[in-house]
Amino acid sequence: MSHLSEAAVAQINEICSRYENEPTPLMMILSDIQKEYGYIPLEVQELVSDKTGISVAEIYGVVTFYSFFSLKPKGKYVVGCCLGTACYVKGAQNVIDKFSELLGIKPGETSDDGLFTLDALRCIGACGIAPAVSINGQVYPKLSVSDVPGIVEKYRKGEV
Amino acid sequence: MAKVNIKIEGIPYQVEEGLTILEAAKLCGYNIPSLCAYNHGECSRGSCRVCLVEVKGARGLVASCVYPVNEGMEITISSPAAVAARRASVELLLSNHSKDCQQCDKNEYCELLYAAKVTGARDGMFEGVKTPATIDQITPSIVRDTSKCILCGRCIERCKSAHGKSVLGFEKRGFNTIVGPAENRSFADSPCILCGQCTTVCPTGALMEKSEIDAVDAAFKAGKYVVVQTAPAVRAALGEEFGMKIGTPVTGKMVAALKRLGFKKVYDTNYAADLTIMEEATELLGRIKNNGVLPMITSCSPGWINYAEMNYGDLLPHLSSCKSPHEMFGAILKSYYCEKNGIDPKDMFVVSIMPCTAKKFEKDREQLQHDGIKDVDAVLTTRELGKLIKRSGINWNMLPDEEFDNDIVGDYSGAGVIFGVTGGVMEAALRTAYHALTGKEHELIKFEQVRGFDGIKEASLDINGTTVNVAVAHGMKNAKVLLDDIRAGKSKYHFIEIMGCPGGCINGGGQPYVKPQFLPNEDPDILDTYKAKRAAALYSEDERQAVRQSHNNPQMKKLYDEFLGEPNSHKAHELLHTSYKAREAFK
Repeated sequence: MSHLSEAAVAQINEICSRYENEPTPLMMILSDIQKEYGYIPLEVQELVSDKTGISVAEIYGVVTFYSFFSLKPKGKYVVGCCLGTACYVKGAQNVIDKFSELLGIKPGETSDDGLFTLDALRCIGACGIAPAVSINGQVYPKLSVSDVPGIVEKYRKGEV
Repeated sequence: MAKVNIKIEGIPYQVEEGLTILEAAKLCGYNIPSLCAYNHGECSRGSCRVCLVEVKGARGLVASCVYPVNEGMEITISSPAAVAARRASVELLLSNHSKDCQQCDKNEYCELLYAAKVTGARDGMFEGVKTPATIDQITPSIVRDTSKCILCGRCIERCKSAHGKSVLGFEKRGFNTIVGPAENRSFADSPCILCGQCTTVCPTGALMEKSEIDAVDAAFKAGKYVVVQTAPAVRAALGEEFGMKIGTPVTGKMVAALKRLGFKKVYDTNYAADLTIMEEATELLGRIKNNGVLPMITSCSPGWINYAEMNYGDLLPHLSSCKSPHEMFGAILKSYYCEKNGIDPKDMFVVSIMPCTAKKFEKDREQLQHDGIKDVDAVLTTRELGKLIKRSGINWNMLPDEEFDNDIVGDYSGAGVIFGVTGGVMEAALRTAYHALTGKEHELIKFEQVRGFDGIKEASLDINGTTVNVAVAHGMKNAKVLLDDIRAGKSKYHFIEIMGCPGGCINGGGQPYVKPQFLPNEDPDILDTYKAKRAAALYSEDERQAVRQSHNNPQMKKLYDEFLGEPNSHKAHELLHTSYKAREAFK
């Protein structure tokens, strides 16, 4: 736990104490930490374990079960390509492959400059606009492979 | 409790409301094939689908381990659909299993193999990709092989109830799910205390002790002077390996078997348990007299020592500095015994038969070796001894009862025997402490308050005007309560006994498996009673001993007169005491 800053330790303790009276606080605590820091490394899980009495193994299990949680820092822009059934039949695989090619990373990875993370998502509930891609909450509807370079360029130049 | 009327295979029964179908069926005389029926549901519940049955009116087949009985329910276990579904469930489990059954040390006791037999599962029905496997054999104690794991989660439940905060957990998702310490680490880099409780409940070979039989073979081959000692709890359970009823003491047969296996000497670790008491009781009285660090906590259980070093580094001064008994014995054998018999300690090889997997780790501790010579060279579990005997072709039933070697070392008192059960070290220490303070023997000898299986036991004893408060805890979950009190400055005790495993050594991680499907002649409640039965075997041996206090063991006096001087002397400290070091749980 040694390389967590004092400020981080204090904040994580504070997050844990927000849910002190909850019978099952773990999801809420992890969710807040994920939102705050963008990832939940083992040191942080140990801290949450000390505060809540829940074992690190159990916390790690929850973190690795839900794709919303991440063990590694995510990029500035998280590109979530929906690969749900509707998007998939509308060609989402080609879209994600194009992102992968242009960003030089596989789904689940983060680019070396820390700018992009590529995620393959299951259904995001936007089947009417398939194939859909969500970048930091901004949804791009009915994408085709030829739309991808323009979008990537826009984010690279910071025009968002 | 209200009763409900149900039918199984068309026959009416009355059973208690609230039971699961599996439990109710068992009481009515039907063992529905399952992987948990015999284990108090110590699993993740409903996930393996091996116990599917047909219930009239239900949508599809139901998992009987989680489905409660209700009024008028009609259950069919042997309908063709249910039989086929159970068989398919096992075949699916087998499809992601390494299936090297012939080499697997668990095969005799494998519940998956048993389920495959009773359901008629066929091999190779669903061949395909297998989940990437992890084999962790880094620690000297436990091997984890996820290629044999069926994700039942029993180890997680046992770890939770014994350790308190489970070291093991499910991780990842779907096909990639595995069970292991966080980050799929080795046990060596996790908070695991190596108690081995998980190995006793694992239905397959996914979690097992790391065998040291090869090391013992090598020592014989190299012509070493191989000496063996056996812990008290071993005699209370070894018979189970040969089909004897649980709780049958087999001291005589065990000794006879060991003598036939070629060991030069066969000693009882109890000798060293008496020595531990001499040292530990003296240490305790010294601490009380000189305002030392109190409460003092016992240090016999290596699982507990691992827990203390990883979680309560600040409380290490509370631990008795005494080595555990078998380590003391090793140290005496390689000094006093070698000296008297003209043996070079380098040529001696000490094997300990222990009910414990953590002892395998303990023997390698750097604090327990001098000039590269370990006090103890190899540790075999009770189960491994069973294998060794079976391998040799010895007919267990024809073995006579023989006596432990007893020359210049080896004699023992009844106090040493009860070390193997929770409260035993405390009771043995009290017998000797009472004598040291009053010059008299305690008339009762037995200290009932520290016996039994309550998680935490306490007692107060008035000795010559001094009140001594003691407590006993077994399993780390219980110990934590006492430890947190010490940390908070609220502990009223002088002396605390802590054992790593629930029930103490009789229920150690290296003891024979208690799996009811392989024990047809035991009572149906054996999972609730086996600890008490094994404990009774030890208490009865204590009662049969003429000498029941460690300080009355005649060889103790001789050892101190001839060699050590007095308890806690400089020489005793050098040979019989050790030190501890705080360490990180996640390295």
